[in-house]
Amino acid sequence: MFEFKLPSLGADMEDGTFTEWQVEPGQQVARGQVICVVETQKGAIDVDIWQAGTIAKLIASPGQRIPVGQVMALVATEGEDWRAIADTVVPADTAAPAAPAAPAAPIAAPSAVPAPGRIKISPAARRRAEELGVDLTALKPSGTHAAVSIADVDLAARAAAPVDRQAAMRAAIAAAMSRSKREIPHYYLATGINAERALGWLEQRNAAVPIGERILFAALELKAVALALRETPELNGFYEAGAFRPGTGMHLGVAISLRGGGLVAPALHDADRLSLADLMAQLKELLQRARGGQLRSSEMSDPTITVTNLGDLGVETVFGVIYPPQVALVGLGRALTKPLVIDGAIAPARVLRATLSADHRVSDGMRGARFLIELDRLFQQPELLA
Amino acid sequence: MSAPIRISYREALRQGLREALLGDERVFLMGEDVGRYGGSYAVSKGLLEEFGEERIRDAPLSESGFVGAGIGAALNGMRPIVEVMTVNFSLLALDQIMNNAATLRHMSGGQLGVPVVIRMTTGAGRQLAAQHSHSLEGWYAHIPGLRIVTPATVADARGMLYAAIQDPDPVLIFEHASLLNVEDEVAAEPRAVDIDYAAVRREGTDVSMITYGGSLPKTLEAAAKLAAIGVSAEVVDLRSLRPLDDATIVASVSKTHRALIVDEGWKSGGLSAEIIARIVEQAFYELDAPPVRVCGAEVPIPYAKHLEDAAIPQVDGIVAAARRLVK
Repeated sequence: MFEFKLPSLGADMEDGTFTEWQVEPGQQVARGQVICVVETQKGAIDVDIWQAGTIAKLIASPGQRIPVGQVMALVATEGEDWRAIADTVVPADTAAPAAPAAPAAPIAAPSAVPAPGRIKISPAARRRAEELGVDLTALKPSGTHAAVSIADVDLAARAAAPVDRQAAMRAAIAAAMSRSKREIPHYYLATGINAERALGWLEQRNAAVPIGERILFAALELKAVALALRETPELNGFYEAGAFRPGTGMHLGVAISLRGGGLVAPALHDADRLSLADLMAQLKELLQRARGGQLRSSEMSDPTITVTNLGDLGVETVFGVIYPPQVALVGLGRALTKPLVIDGAIAPARVLRATLSADHRVSDGMRGARFLIELDRLFQQPELLA
Repeated sequence: MSAPIRISYREALRQGLREALLGDERVFLMGEDVGRYGGSYAVSKGLLEEFGEERIRDAPLSESGFVGAGIGAALNGMRPIVEVMTVNFSLLALDQIMNNAATLRHMSGGQLGVPVVIRMTTGAGRQLAAQHSHSLEGWYAHIPGLRIVTPATVADARGMLYAAIQDPDPVLIFEHASLLNVEDEVAAEPRAVDIDYAAVRREGTDVSMITYGGSLPKTLEAAAKLAAIGVSAEVVDLRSLRPLDDATIVASVSKTHRALIVDEGWKSGGLSAEIIARIVEQAFYELDAPPVRVCGAEVPIPYAKHLEDAAIPQVDGIVAAARRLVK
């Protein structure tokens, strides 16, 4: 048996509001399967599970505020009887304790179906509903009393009230960035990379395939960043509790600005091991889901480095703010045509400004420079990026 | 002011008696075995030697007789403290308590007051069986003209007697036998306490657990266990059963919206029923769930230890009832 706990979906997340289960007790779940939805400051997040098993018991209930790390469900692992776990295990740290096995029923058992026209609701809940203007007929009881309680009314009122997602996200970004600038001693490096060869290679490749299979330069850049990180693992990971913890893979957080403001940086997992075509496909999917508010919890929680690309907007150079607890951020600008001295002659070439913001507690400028040199080298051998 | 002292509930009762005897020469103590034997529960041990036979008076085994004598002394200007061994035996004096002590001010048009204090032991838990173990304070709380108080803490055990003696009308003090050995820190100097108000012994937000007397420590223990599983329980110690402090009860229930009454007495026609009636009368629109009672089983208190334990409220039962209530 293992306990499925609310993961941290961002550095500054302390809790989330549980929205709904997408599984039920007895159901088998696979690793990576989305099993519930939790509302956070970053919007509704599909939370996926990282261990296969059979759902034994669902503990979190809709509307409940859940601190990070609290048990939300119990899952039976292979060979275990989920029914036995559901019957016997009562986690101690849950806010809503399970009912004891044999209640002495001091309260007359309420009929499951209330008489038509009569809503079974506690006096206090009825008054609360009036105060909040909640429609009584839309209320459903959730507790053991089979009557609508104050909690049910509050839940309905919250659901009805428009959530100011923009403000919440702005606040989350403000908190993360303030923490970054407060805690992380940044150093910044920038270099100009001759992108002529990489762009030429890509243009040639794209010309030979149908439109649907074409690859954006941004995808090529991400692949180059992921491969370059192999040279400098100290830029890829987390700084926590006074120590660096390397990332378990090159999970690039791709900064995506959202329509209407705000931004998210979900992970493109193991980007260094994806073929360029796969990386492009996943990037496209990630963009769509991010803008549709359909990100998964693992994507939100585990990027090991962030890449921000403002090239589309014509920005030449971007120095980013590291997203804690990550330790580095790569900024990519627009590849602008410039006069370049090549082999003693001046020639026009498209030059990409790549920057690195890194945490000086973990790495030094020398190592940061190595990363940029490696990035440049990869851009000069685009076939390595395929 | 000197440092707080740590004393038992029994010692606190004795200090309360001494302070009453020292503070007013009209005060005397009377009851079965209160003198030479030092009290059935050793509460008055040593008082005979200190205050003499005039003021510490052993009474014959006749509750009706010596309670009646106490009422007569009170009518004639004394401030008697009458000790009855257990609440079960007080039924022999019920005629005196109800027909005389509780009524005379009313029947005399205010001319005659009965400033008597009657102390007695109540409650189960010591394997003394069905004729020594009941909790009948709820019955007495039915009677207009009496004031009923139930010290549940060491501080109240010491301070309530003094306040009771100041009352111009009869006051009955119910001392739960299971509390006698409970120890706590109290101020070195005697402190006046009121006998008018309930006290919130623990603050909470999810459920109001309303209790008194011997059930208070159990209810507080239950509240601590509930806190460990995320249920915030408020504990209200009634202290006075008549008059009931409606305002404190209603304020607590209005905060938590859930009421649980813990009472060692029986449910039927009992004090717990009265409390719930008042909550429903005065705070109906504050309730988010039906009120719940954890009470004594409706049997004569058994002798056998396991049956006696099963017949009265226990911590686990209180926790389970509260969990069902808040779910």
